[in-house]
This record gives sequence, structure tokens and C-alpha cells, in this order.
Amino acid sequence: MSPLNRPPVLDPVVNDFVVKFANVNGSGSASANSMFAKAIFRMGIPVSPRNIFPSNIQGLPTWYEVRVSEAGYLGRRGGQVEIMVSVNPQSMAQDVNEVCPGGYFFYDNTYPLDFKLIRDDIHYIGLPLTDITNSNFTNPRQRQLFKNIIYVGALAYLIGIEFEALESIVNDTFKSKPKLIPANLQALQLGFDEAKADIEQPLPLQLKRLNKNEGKILLEGNAACGLGAVYGGATVAAWYPITPSTSVAEAYERYANKYRVDPDTGKHNFAVIQAEDELSAIGMVIGANWNGARSFTATSGPGVSLMNEFLGLAYFAEIPTVLIDVQRVGPSTGMPTRTQQSDVTAAAYASHGDTKNVLLFPATPKECFELTADAFDIAERLQTPVIMLTDLDLGMNEHICDALEWDDNREYDRGKVYSAEDLEKMERFGRYLDTDNDGITYRTIPGRHPEKGMFFTRGTSRDEYAVYTEKGEEYEKNMHRLERKWATAPKHIPKPIVHTRSEQASIGIIHFGTSKEATHEAIDRLAEQGHQINDLRVLAFPFHAEVDEFIAAHEQVFVVEQNRDGQLRNLLITELEIDPAKLIKTVHFNGDPISARVITSLIAERLPQDAAASNEKQSNAK
Amino acid sequence: MSFYKPKFRHPESPKNELGLTQTPYEGPISTLCAGCGHDSISAAIVQAVWGLNVEPHRVAKMSGIGCSSKSPAYFLNKAHGFNSVHGRMPSVTTGANVSNHELLYIGVSGDGDTASIGMGQFAHVMRRNLNMTYIVENNGCYGLTKGQDSATADEGSKSKKGRINPFEAIDLVALALDLGATFVARSFSGDKEQLVPLLQAAMSHKGFALIDVVSPCVTFNNHAGSTKSYDYTREHVQAGAVVDFVPVEQEITLQQDIGSTKDVPLFDGASVRLSKLNQEYDPTSRRAAVTTLMNHKAEGKLLTGLIYVDPEADNFQEMLNTSATPLNELGKDTLCPGSSALDDINQGFR
Repeated sequence: MSPLNRPPVLDPVVNDFVVKFANVNGSGSASANSMFAKAIFRMGIPVSPRNIFPSNIQGLPTWYEVRVSEAGYLGRRGGQVEIMVSVNPQSMAQDVNEVCPGGYFFYDNTYPLDFKLIRDDIHYIGLPLTDITNSNFTNPRQRQLFKNIIYVGALAYLIGIEFEALESIVNDTFKSKPKLIPANLQALQLGFDEAKADIEQPLPLQLKRLNKNEGKILLEGNAACGLGAVYGGATVAAWYPITPSTSVAEAYERYANKYRVDPDTGKHNFAVIQAEDELSAIGMVIGANWNGARSFTATSGPGVSLMNEFLGLAYFAEIPTVLIDVQRVGPSTGMPTRTQQSDVTAAAYASHGDTKNVLLFPATPKECFELTADAFDIAERLQTPVIMLTDLDLGMNEHICDALEWDDNREYDRGKVYSAEDLEKMERFGRYLDTDNDGITYRTIPGRHPEKGMFFTRGTSRDEYAVYTEKGEEYEKNMHRLERKWATAPKHIPKPIVHTRSEQASIGIIHFGTSKEATHEAIDRLAEQGHQINDLRVLAFPFHAEVDEFIAAHEQVFVVEQNRDGQLRNLLITELEIDPAKLIKTVHFNGDPISARVITSLIAERLPQDAAASNEKQSNAK
Repeated sequence: MSFYKPKFRHPESPKNELGLTQTPYEGPISTLCAGCGHDSISAAIVQAVWGLNVEPHRVAKMSGIGCSSKSPAYFLNKAHGFNSVHGRMPSVTTGANVSNHELLYIGVSGDGDTASIGMGQFAHVMRRNLNMTYIVENNGCYGLTKGQDSATADEGSKSKKGRINPFEAIDLVALALDLGATFVARSFSGDKEQLVPLLQAAMSHKGFALIDVVSPCVTFNNHAGSTKSYDYTREHVQAGAVVDFVPVEQEITLQQDIGSTKDVPLFDGASVRLSKLNQEYDPTSRRAAVTTLMNHKAEGKLLTGLIYVDPEADNFQEMLNTSATPLNELGKDTLCPGSSALDDINQGFR
């Protein structure tokens, strides 16, 4: 390096920094990077990895950002990174600028570094990755793959990843292909030894074993949704491929193949149908649910747009329907591989006429699992579409969460369904008779009784006996009953989670889904500045009374979300008739997961500078 | 429309093997125009299902939107029906069928519902060989919106307002042959003797069965110059192979035919009996079917009857390899892997 290169040296840090990998899409880096993150997880240290990838199969730049946080902050930190592992010449100019002063730029020095990439304030660590792979491996594909494993080995030396953790992952990963184990271990060792030989001492950024991941798992939200559908008793999955939801259907199929194939007959107790488009996918789901099977689809924003007509049918004809929307950046095709929470409005009111849909907002893979399973109970209990809104960040990245749990005593709630025996005792069956006065009526499953229980399902208006009618009063009566059902809905959907840090606090935050981690971290940062803030995380729509109460209990309520227009805020204003001035739009929507830094600064700029003094004044006034 | 449907039936109406007369297979009065071809088809469906000895409640009546799609409300009153959205009946039927393969699925659609808005779903349900009978009540026009041409209107056909259709017609039979449908037939609503056995054969077929039924619209498309009128159809129809449906171990001959006959066995032991008229016709050859269809078209003739059948092809349920017990009857014990399996799964995420 240039003799002028005298970068600042970072103070020693343990378990609190960000490492970013800059790779070429399709070069096999994903498994090496995931091995890196998992090793840190196995060392008991809180870690949150995120893929930042293009809509491309091979060749374009892709990144993998890993945050290590002893304090357990799992949201994206934001800002520059401490270590950049650069193995993609295409993006080097951009990558070098993302390193914080005093940070490290790790690169392959088989080829000389362009002088334009030299900064005075960062450290450069060059290792001859290409040379090492070429002299140790002959197969071209192996050379490409092992180059990635070698830099993981080098990092083990540089930041103190326990070699045993890496070894255990290699052993687990290749359990079914043990022939691959020695070569992977060799590659790790090569990287470790080379780094040790070339670089005098490890970096001031170090990992130290903790015990914070006891009882935790590292899992992608989409896999958790697929598994939740298996546990929730779904038998028919109909879907159309779309990023970022594809892996939901794939996970369902994978687990179903493992747990739903009859060992004696080899027959499947499930069906996965790749439909010709999203319209057909949701149509199949509605047909299957109508006929008494639990069925779901998974899609993203463009798919939800296409499914609008059918969602209106399911709402109006009252057919249980489960839809998992893994949100990505809109409008239109938007940025298909970037994250957003921007389908709230579209999902809540999907379809023409007075249509409203139940929404669920998971924030962790564990909630993806639980709420997917719950969604089938809710949909059948309420006989209406239930749309679960996850997002790309949650769905396609691994997140630490508590281990999944299942209560074997749990029964599926199939809702109000008359059996053949029930029908036998009955004078006349009325599909839309509100006998329990909760807006939810009894349905029947086709083919179960020879004389009774038949009705004609339709999207046109009908009377209580499902007979077609164009009488205004019958139509209104039915629409009012649907309103009554909507009012019943909160009893059957998950309540919001409220964190009251101070009864006196005048500031509140409302958030949902993947804004959770960054919001909680921002609240800690703001507390350090003297602001006491309570928060409420919405888990479902329609809103519970608790949401209204929370808003009433605070003078200022920031609504944190990842879209431009403040869609949750708008929904709160519309549905709860809240004074818009009271709800402050706090949004981030550039496609990167929201970070605590963004939230902290958006909120801090709206709060009085001398917060501690102001807080005191307020509490005196009370 | 008619305003009164007499309840009186002959006291000694014939009964089927279930001991039922046709009455339990009927529906309420139709609200379609008096003389509508669709009502004849409804009557043929009643007769066909009755004759097959299927319990009325074991049928699912599926439809989309349009005049044709209303008709399931007018037959088989004891069966569940699903009047879905425009052009989307195939997907709803696919989901329903996968959920419970044991019901008899009768889909009723129209030319707008199938050949225009529903073209995509129509194509794909055939590719999947879903076990259903798909009836297109084809009148070449949009009745409910007052007679616009549909995509099956023939080029050169004159609309009621006098406009000559400049567009090539979509031939649903040709399309079905091309896309792999395993039972393809055409009929005419005015020819119940042909339609009833064709319906029975279609309903007994274990895969996807299309019957494209020319069903004139008496209000908007029954005038001189229209190629979908009663008169035009009667003049140009040519029954390729007259069909008789022969149930298992029982021969019911609905029509006496002259000449040689040929039986095509269906999967369950029943068979379709073909009375060959002018030609040696092999309905199990897709290639022959396409050629015959094209030859008739070139001569300005409307080929009806059973045009193609492949009785052996795997249907969608067989491709999916789903359980013999319908999926909608499986309970928690079969479906939920339980907490101990979840412990293993969790272990894989550590």
C-alpha cells in the first residue's frame, strides 16, 4: 500500500460490527456466506444476515450484509460497514466507499488493485484467493466455489470465528454427501493458514463466544410459512412463481414430501399445483376451500393485484381463503428483489365494492410459522380471505428467533360447518342466516347430505337462503351482516403487542412486521437522548380496541413503516377515525430493510431538543 | 322466459337404479329466454345424470359468468353449485376437484366465458386433464350484454345489427385437440338424441371431457345470415360418428343405427358405442380427428359427435398421486406432523 496510507485504527470491539460481502450473482457465494453467519450463530452471538441481490440469474453484483450485535439488535444497522469482503471487481468502486474510516477492505490480491480504489482512511487486506484456489483445485467449478470458502477461512483467523463452529456446519451441510467434507475443510484451512501467514495479527474487531442463542433458531420467514401451512393442515397449495414468495410454496412442498406421504401407499396427503397465473392460483384456492379442504396461495404485490377480483368473490360469497403476500417494492414490477411494506392498502381493500380483508402481520419467522397455521383457523372461523403480509426481508433472509413450538392438543378450528347429522335435525338450511348474531353463518360441504344443505354459491346478491335476489333491502341486510362479521373478527385474530416503558410517556410508536427490530433499537437510542417512548406493534387488521386506546393515551404517535405513503397510518386514520395530525408519518422505502438509524433520526427531528427538560415539564403538568 | 313450470309428472315415470325418477334431478324454472338452446342442454344434463344413476347430491355444478353460466341454477337442484367469476370456472373446479375427487364435476360455460376472457384457464385445465365434463353452450354472441359477437362467431357471420364479423373464429374443438384434451366432442342443443349419450360418455370419462354444444341464442343470433342460428346449424350439421353410451354390463340402445358399430371401452367398464356412418373413423387417433375436423370445416360442414377420446390417459389426480381418501376428509392426525417432528426440524435450524 502507499506509504501515505496511514488509516486510523479502530478501538478494539467485541461482537458489535457489520461485515459485508460483495459477490457475483450465481458464483456459489451464498452457501459460504451463510456458513459464515451460521458459525457466528453457533458461537452464541446474536447475528442478522441479509441478502441484497439483483433480479438476475447470473453475473450481476450481489451483497450479503451480516450484522453482529452482542446487545441483540437484529435489525439492519445502516451506515458504513467495518469489514468489506470484496470478491467482485464490478462493484469494487462502490464497495470501497462503503467502508467506515478505520475499517477493512478485504480483496483478492492475485491481481493488483486499481489505484483509484485507494483511500487513505481505511485498511486493505489482500490475500491471493485466485492463486490459492488455482494451485489447490483443478476442477473449474470447484475453483469458483472454494474461493468463497477460502475467504471464510481467512475471516476465521482475522475476526476469531471458532474453527469448530465452521467444521460442524460443513459436517451438517454435507451429511448426505460426505465426499465433499474433506475438500471444504481443506479450503477453510487454506484460507485460515494464508491469512495467518500474511497478516501479522487479527483485526481489532473480534468475535467472542456468548450464550445468547440458547433455545433459538436461524430460519427464513418463507420456510417458516411453508412449514406453518403443513402444520396448519393445508392440503392444497396453488401458486404461480414470483419473487420473493416462491420459496413459500417450495418449502411447503418440501415439508409435505417429508411428512405427508403415506408410508404404506406412497400416496400424497397434499397437492401442490403450479398454476398458469395468479388468477388461476387463487381460483384453485377458493375452489378447494369451498369444497372443504384447507388451501392457500403465496404471492407478491403484482399477484395480489391480479387476485383482486377473486378476493372480492371470496369476501362476498364467504369462502375461507388464505393468501401469503411476501411484499416487495412496488408500484408495478418495482424492484422485485428489494423489500417494502407497501401492499397494506391494496390488501386491506382488495377488490371492488365494499370489500375488506383480514390482514396478519408477522415480524419473525416464528410468527410466520404460527400465523400461517392460525390463518387457516381464522379464515374458516370467519369464512373470508385472510391475507398475511410478510416481506422480502423477512421471507428471504435468515433471522434468529425462538424455536418453533406446536401444542399436540391443538385442534383445527374448522369454523361453523353443518355436518350431515346437523342437517338431518334441521327443518330448512339457510346458508346466510345469522343464527348466532355474530355475522358468521353456517356453511355446508358439497356432497355430504342427499337432501339438505345444498346451496348455490355465487358472487351475486342473494337472500339468507342463498337464492338470487336483486331486492335492495335483502342486499343491504346482507351487507350489514358482513359488517357485523367484521366487528366480530377482532375476537379471532391476534391482538397488538404493547410495550409500555413509562406510563407518563407522551410519545408512542405504532409499527408492524419487519420494522419491529429497528424500531425497538431506535427506542433505546432515543431513550439515551432522554425520550421515553412506548410502542405498539399491530399484528392484525381489523384493529383491536387496544390500538385506539394506545393512540388516545399518547400525545404524539409515530407510525413507522416501509412505504412512501404511510399506508398503515392511512388505514388507522380511515378505520379508527383518528385525527391525522396526531399520527406522524415515519417512512423509509428505498428497498433496503429499515434501520434504527433512519427511525431514530426521523423521530428525533420531530422531538424537542432538550428532551429531558421537556419530559420533566410534562410530568409536572400531569 | 317462461313463467310457469308444471309440477305434474306422469305417475309411472321411469325410475333409475337408485329408484329415482327424473324429478329429483331437475331444477327450478329457468330465467333464460323461451326457446334458448341452453335450456335444452339443461334438460339433456338432467337425463344424462339420471341415466348414469348418480345421486344428485354427488354432483358439483360449476360455472363462470354469462347466460350459460346461469343455467346450473336450473338443473340438479340437490347438488351444490358454484357460479364463480367470468372465465375462471376451470380454476375453481380444479381446486374443488383436487379437494374431493369423488364428486362428478359438471362445468357449464359459454363462448365468451371460454374463448375470450377464460381462454387461459380453458387451455390449462385441458393440459392438466382434470376429471370433469366441460360443456360450452356456444351461441357465438354475448347475450346478457345484448348480442355482441364473441370469439367463436364465424368469419362472415352477420350480427343482428347487420355487421359482418371480420375475424377468424376460434374453433374450441380444434383447440382442445391441440392442447391435449382427452375427450373431445361437439353437439347441437337441438339434437338431444346425440347429446344425452355424449354427455353420459363424457361424464364417465375419467379425464377432461369437452363438449362444444352449438346452442342458438334465440334473441340475438337466430336470424338469417348468422352461422349459429337453428336453421343454419340444422342445414350444416354432419354427425361424424353417432354415439351411444353403454353402461357397464348393460346395453341401452338409445338409437338404432344402420351399419357397423365400434365400441370404445372407458376406464370403468362402460363404453362408447360408435355407429360409423359414411366413413371409417377412428376416434382414438388425435391425428385423424384433426384431419377430419379440418376437412369438414373446409367443406362448410359442422362436424358433431364424438371426435376424439383417449380413455387411458392419466388424469390430474393420478398425476398428483393424491390419496384415495379425498383431501377434504383428512384430519389433524394425518395432516399435522406434531411436536416431536418439530423438535427435529428445529434442530436443523441451529
